Amino acid sequence: MTKKILAAGLLGFAISSMYGCAATNGPVTDYTAFRHHMPRSVLVLPPLNQSPDIAAPYSFLSTVSRPLGERGYYVFPVAVVDALMKENGLPTPGEMHTVPLPRLVEVTGADSVLYVTIDDWGQKYQIIDSVTVVDAKARLVDTRSGITLWTGRCFAKQSSGGGNQGGLVGLLVNAAVGQIINDTTDRAHLLSRSASTSMVFNQRNGLLPGPRDPAYISNDPDSATGKRQPLGEHVDEAEAVEQSVEQ
Amino acid sequence: MAAASGQVKARAASVRGLALGCTLAIAVLSGTSGCSTNARPDLYAWDGYEQLVYDSYLNPGNADPATQIARLSQAVTRAEIGGGHIAPGIHAHLGYMYYLNGQPDAAREHFTAEKQLFPASTVFMDVLMGGLAKK
Repeated sequence: MTKKILAAGLLGFAISSMYGCAATNGPVTDYTAFRHHMPRSVLVLPPLNQSPDIAAPYSFLSTVSRPLGERGYYVFPVAVVDALMKENGLPTPGEMHTVPLPRLVEVTGADSVLYVTIDDWGQKYQIIDSVTVVDAKARLVDTRSGITLWTGRCFAKQSSGGGNQGGLVGLLVNAAVGQIINDTTDRAHLLSRSASTSMVFNQRNGLLPGPRDPAYISNDPDSATGKRQPLGEHVDEAEAVEQSVEQ
Repeated sequence: MAAASGQVKARAASVRGLALGCTLAIAVLSGTSGCSTNARPDLYAWDGYEQLVYDSYLNPGNADPATQIARLSQAVTRAEIGGGHIAPGIHAHLGYMYYLNGQPDAAREHFTAEKQLFPASTVFMDVLMGGLAKK
């Protein structure tokens, strides 16, 4: 504990960030349905926005593909999906979220859909400090059964340093902050990168490793996603076994 | 007075220090138990894709189709040269940019590449290519 405080001092008290991962005392997610309906692919729709910041949905949307892909799922190209829906008479996320699941399957073949709502976003100015907040919730739904496989919360809050740290510690702090946070124009976007990664990879409540993740564990070895799928070009089963043995 | 405020500062600092424990793990150590990072090397080469998507919505002046084609083509080439796996969606996004730029053959090429690399994209790529055929 002492070492952590000392380490914190070196990096700077001004960066007092809290992430969803810090709150690990909540109930553990029941993954039964998720394992039973393990999706190969995830369709992320543009998020609904309950925040005062109109940039929130697309800023968040741009940060969620990478953690999902790295967690072993095929993620449909978010901008292409958005453009296609707009071309087809669905101009807002609100309307996109009402498309029936069978229709989504027909157009994309997606195994699951991620519905996101941004609850809060952006800079909150306080007396001696300015705080950046990212707060979103997400729901993963199996497209064929309509069952909710998983819900998650993406939360992060970052103080940009209430300026009045005196003395040598203050100087160290400010220098560290300057090094780490170079982009001062869209802190919420920066914060949402790590927040969405935390939401996906949270060891207690995150997504299960998907079929392309090295940590993937199949619930049903005979199912279509029974074996971990190799990256790169599609190979047939025999080659895949051979390759994994070689590795 | 000075001593009291000094104590308050110290207590506040230690509270923040504790709260920081988890987040420092993310920022510095990448991959401690309880916290959540992908603590292994990336599966894919993402190469500025996220920034490009962000720009396309929030800095559209920096992201017209021709610019996006240039940026994504670079990403694909770099992945090929580096022996990495290009991330899901990049070929598809590039294909769509070619379509917007009036180059349906190049679009088809990249939709096909996406299908080959990611069979899960098959239905969607076929839908997009069907759309190309009609135009």
